[in-house]
Amino acid sequence: MEWDGKMGYPPEMRESIKKVEATRPARLHETFPMMSPQEKEDILRRFHPDYIASAFREIRIGPNKGDRTPHELADLLEGRPLIDPDALDLEQIDYDTDVLVIGGGGAGSAAALLAREQGAKVIIATKLRHGDANTMMAQGGIQAADKENDSPAIHYLDVMGGGHFVNDPDLVEALVRDAPMVIQWLESLGCMFDKEPDGTMITIHGGGTSRKRMHSARDYSGAEIMRTLRDEVRSHPEDITVLEFSPAIELLMDEKGQVAGAVLQNLETGEHLVVRAKATIIATGGSGRLHYQGYPTTNHYGATGDGLVLAYRVGARLAFIDTMQYHPTGAAFPEQILGLLVTEKVRGLGAQVVNADGEQFVFPRETRDVEASAIIRECVERGKGVRTPTGMVGVWLDSPMIDMIHGPGTIARALPAMVRQFARFGIDITKEPMLVYPTLHYQNGGVAIKPDGSTGIPGLFVAGEASGGVHGRNRLMGNSLLDVVVFGRRAGRAAGQRAKEARLGRLTLEHVRAWNQQLAQAGLLETAKPSPQVLPDYTRKIR
Amino acid sequence: MAEELVPVYIMGKRYDVPPGLTIMKAMEYAGYRLVRGVGCRAGFCGACATVYRLAGDYRLRVGLACQTVVEPGMYLAQIPFYPAPRAQYDITKLQPTFATLVSLYPELLRCLGCGTCTKVCPQELDVKDIMARAMRGDIAGVADKSFDCIMCGMCVSRCPAEEAQYNIFILARRLYGRYIAPRAQHLAKRVQEIEAGLYDQDIQRLKSLSNTELRQLYNSRDIEPE
Ligand SMILES: Cc1cc2nc3c(=O)[nH]c(=O)nc-3n(C[C@H](O)[C@H](O)[C@H](O)COP(=O)(O)OP(=O)(O)OC[C@H]3O[C@@H](n4cnc5c(N)ncnc54)[C@H](O)[C@@H]3O)c2cc1C
Ligand code: SF4
Ligand code: SF4
Ligand code: FES
Repeated sequence: MEWDGKMGYPPEMRESIKKVEATRPARLHETFPMMSPQEKEDILRRFHPDYIASAFREIRIGPNKGDRTPHELADLLEGRPLIDPDALDLEQIDYDTDVLVIGGGGAGSAAALLAREQGAKVIIATKLRHGDANTMMAQGGIQAADKENDSPAIHYLDVMGGGHFVNDPDLVEALVRDAPMVIQWLESLGCMFDKEPDGTMITIHGGGTSRKRMHSARDYSGAEIMRTLRDEVRSHPEDITVLEFSPAIELLMDEKGQVAGAVLQNLETGEHLVVRAKATIIATGGSGRLHYQGYPTTNHYGATGDGLVLAYRVGARLAFIDTMQYHPTGAAFPEQILGLLVTEKVRGLGAQVVNADGEQFVFPRETRDVEASAIIRECVERGKGVRTPTGMVGVWLDSPMIDMIHGPGTIARALPAMVRQFARFGIDITKEPMLVYPTLHYQNGGVAIKPDGSTGIPGLFVAGEASGGVHGRNRLMGNSLLDVVVFGRRAGRAAGQRAKEARLGRLTLEHVRAWNQQLAQAGLLETAKPSPQVLPDYTRKIR
Repeated sequence: MAEELVPVYIMGKRYDVPPGLTIMKAMEYAGYRLVRGVGCRAGFCGACATVYRLAGDYRLRVGLACQTVVEPGMYLAQIPFYPAPRAQYDITKLQPTFATLVSLYPELLRCLGCGTCTKVCPQELDVKDIMARAMRGDIAGVADKSFDCIMCGMCVSRCPAEEAQYNIFILARRLYGRYIAPRAQHLAKRVQEIEAGLYDQDIQRLKSLSNTELRQLYNSRDIEPE
């Protein structure tokens, strides 16, 4: 084949790679010092995206009025509803059910299964296909304190420390107490966790863990959990109906002030569908596709923060929406995979982070926020980043070191997905470094919940990445997959129970009218962006 | 830097796009706001299976739209959905045996061993071999070898025997995970301990500490060595 297009590194970048190769032998014996607590604080303040004041603004209406959040999210929270309350006939109910689950990722699927266990009829309405979700993409693993030297209390301490001690203690307690139960549940559903021949779980460290409690399923941990839960949902078609390509675009309420289902939109026909439900669970995941501060993201296509918008409009409070997680190593080259996650394991195996001149500038295993800030400083302040032909900038993650440290073949064995990913674009990461830059990874906050997933708004439950409080200001690797299953199950159970007792009144969209009035009073109605966003728009924009 | 655009044919219609884009980004560049055929955008979800031909080549190729770079003269179409049968079962009531596989998927035995599935798998799995293992009742082998299957459906779309490979594979993996892989004893023990309330006091104590005390405890906690 003649075509070589933009394959591999262009000559300018190769010049820098030569410098990386030149310093490599010496670097193999060098350890860059870790930062002191003072240095960490300082670099976070100066370079972490969460501290860039101009990227945030105060929310002007609603329950979080006066709180700060990124512009992109503020615009949607103050958005204009997509439906006209006067144009929709609520007498015409398309689906009547006990529990409506919005979002078919890990949290939504777990919730549906537990609601069913309570005897509920369940509908899962999801934006794309069932399982097209961030859950499917998690590689690293899931935490649970199930080894002899570990305990839920030790796990508790790690979670609180990781979250900077502002996490909701009741939620953290639920997370760590349920963790072993949840792993056992997944095991009984047939999840293939990595095990020793005698059945002992193979567990390793993750950033911020004091015990090795990261369980994995090769480097497809999230996919294995997601497809198992999905298959289990598919095993109960008589009780659980899945509506794909049918995002919720507004919640419904009844005249008693309870959440009573949602309006869905068929993405293919545009048709609106009215779903009446005795309990509703928002499990819509994160918002990486809002590209806060212009960052590329690791998230799936449907991660547009819709659930936050829907919950906000019925009066639910959001927590920690001023902090997002940026993963330090997103791919910065080639353009085709910009922002894609380069797993933490690469640094875990010994690869150093070096600048355009082949020099180290940060200890490779600082916490995610500190590591990301150091990379940003190197590129932005010190101008020591490497520029790509499309104008991106990044630093080198020196992967070939791994084979030099652990022996030839290690990279191929330990990081097959990564090798495959880069090989598709003519880059051999066993011989050449990868260019990386921080990428938008996780929404630390979300709708404030109680340990049973309830929100204070009758009939509304939230679980998973769409919720906020359990991780405080910073989520540790492996606690999100856990969160998703723990609180998905809890919300599902509570919603299923509620459905047995709840009596619904007449459906209404009065809250939408009231919202429009608030917008008008604040002088925002004319300029408000339509929301929820539902899909990103990349037409003619390359991302 | 001025770039030469390359022609690609999306469902037969020509668009000129910058070289080096993935098929997915090329479609977006061409003006498609994707609804079908897109999910994770990173090679994990199997939403974006695409078939294509290259100019002057009779062969039909396949790839994931989010992972495959366009080539000049590429004729492409996405296959975001392909109907495949899925058997109904209750995983708690099955046995991890060949009989289970065949009773739920009797067409398993119709596999011709032609290898078309292996040729089209974008994950480069040896699908034919995995099917052969299934026909031998080697459930552990199927589970192991099919682990990287992203259920994109390409194998199903091309199989002359109308197999539902990926559904057979996930059944095998669940049977393996539930029945064949030894259960984690330490996990069962820990669950019992928690249910017996063994850790309640410890957690309550931590919850009752002041922020400063908790910080001190955190900063002085011992860390299990690598
Ligand atoms: C690349 C990557 C790697 C990760 N690695 C790890 C890891 O190793 N360990 C870990 O613990 N965590 C990891 N995480 C985080 C973790 O995977 C996610 O936070 C978690 O899976 C979120 O689960 P969820 O069910 O809340 O949301 P999701 O799994 O994202 O599911 C949300 C679902 O809701 C749908 N939806 C959205 N809006 C609507 C709407 N309006 N109506 C209907 N449906 C809607 C979405 O399409 C999606 O299907 C990773 C995340 C990413 C992106
Ligand atoms: S394509 Fe079908 S018939 Fe051919 S080897 Fe694969 S499963 Fe068997
Ligand atoms: S085995 Fe079939 S469904 Fe699975 S990845 Fe390969 S082609 Fe896709
Ligand atoms: S979009 Fe998920 S595999 Fe391509």
